[in-house]
Amino acid sequence: MLKLYGAELTSRLLLGTARYPSPAVLTDAVRAARAEVVTVSLRRESGGERSGQGFWSLIRALGVRVLPNTAGCHSVKEAVTTAHMAREVFATPWIKLEVIGEDDTLQPDVFGLTEAARILCAEGFEVFPYTTEDLVVAERLLAAGCRVLMPWGAPIGSGRGLNNLFGLTALRAHFPEVPLIIDAGLGVPSHAAQGLELGFDAVLINTAVAQATDPVAMAGAFAQAVAAGHAARLAGPIEPRNFAEPSTPVIGQAFLG
Amino acid sequence: MRILVNGVWRETESRDLAATLAELGYGGRVITTALNGEFVAADTRSRTPLAEGDRIEVLAPMQGG
Repeated sequence: MLKLYGAELTSRLLLGTARYPSPAVLTDAVRAARAEVVTVSLRRESGGERSGQGFWSLIRALGVRVLPNTAGCHSVKEAVTTAHMAREVFATPWIKLEVIGEDDTLQPDVFGLTEAARILCAEGFEVFPYTTEDLVVAERLLAAGCRVLMPWGAPIGSGRGLNNLFGLTALRAHFPEVPLIIDAGLGVPSHAAQGLELGFDAVLINTAVAQATDPVAMAGAFAQAVAAGHAARLAGPIEPRNFAEPSTPVIGQAFLG
Repeated sequence: MRILVNGVWRETESRDLAATLAELGYGGRVITTALNGEFVAADTRSRTPLAEGDRIEVLAPMQGG
C-alpha cells in the first residue's frame, strides 16, 4: 500500500493527462494503467471555449484523485498563485510543485522550488515537489514541510530513463521513510521497473504513454512493469558482482576431460 | 473601460470582476481567476472592482503532466 499524505493507494503508477490523441484514448489509458492519481493543469480559456469544461467532466467521471501541477511556472510568485488557483478549481490541497529554472532541460529551479514549497506547506498545501536527485535540496524540501518528493529520472518528455542511477540510489538510501516518486523522463516500461526495483515508491508517467503508437497498450505495459518492479524489490534482488559465479553446482560434476 | 483578459484587450461595461466574467460569457463555468497577478477567490469576485488597464487571467482545468 502506497501512502501519500494519508491517502492510501494500491497503484504505484501515476499518470499524466496531456498529449493523448483523443479524450477517449486518455480515458482508456487511465483505466489500462489502473492509475488512481492523474495530473492536471490550468490554462487560459476564453468565454466561447468549452474544452476545459469537457476535460474536467471526463476526469471526474474517471473517479480518480487529481494532482494539479504548476507546469510552466518560472518564479515563486507564479507557482504560488497557480497553486492557489488550482486548489480552488480542483478542491484538493495536493499540488505538484514545478518551478522551472532552465528551458532546454526543464530542470527545476531548486532555489525557487524550496521557497515556494515553504510558502505553500505553511498554507496547508500538501506539496509534491518536482525536484532533482540532489540530497541537500531534498533535505531542504523536507524541512519546508514536504512529505513526498518527486525526483526526475531525466528531463521531462525525453524518454531517457534514469539518468543518474548513483544519485537516485543515494537519495533512496538517504531518505528510507519518505515516499519517493520518480517523475519525468521515463521512456519505456523497463525504466519504470528499474525505478521500483531501486526502491522508489512509484513513478509518474505522461509522454511515454500518451505519445506511444498505442497509448492504451503502453499504459497496460507500464502497469505490469511497475507491479513487477515493486514485487522484485520486495523479493530482495541480488547484489551485482564483477565476476562470474556458477549457478549450477560444481560439486559432483563429472570429470570428462 | 478597457481591460486585458487572458492577454486580449476587451471592452467591458461592468465594474466588478464577477459581472465582467458574466458579460464575457463565463457564467456557470468551472474557472479560477487572478487580477494583476493576484489570485481572486470565487466568492470575492463580486467585491473586486476593476480599473482601466487591469490584467485578468481566467483559467480552466486542462490536461497536464
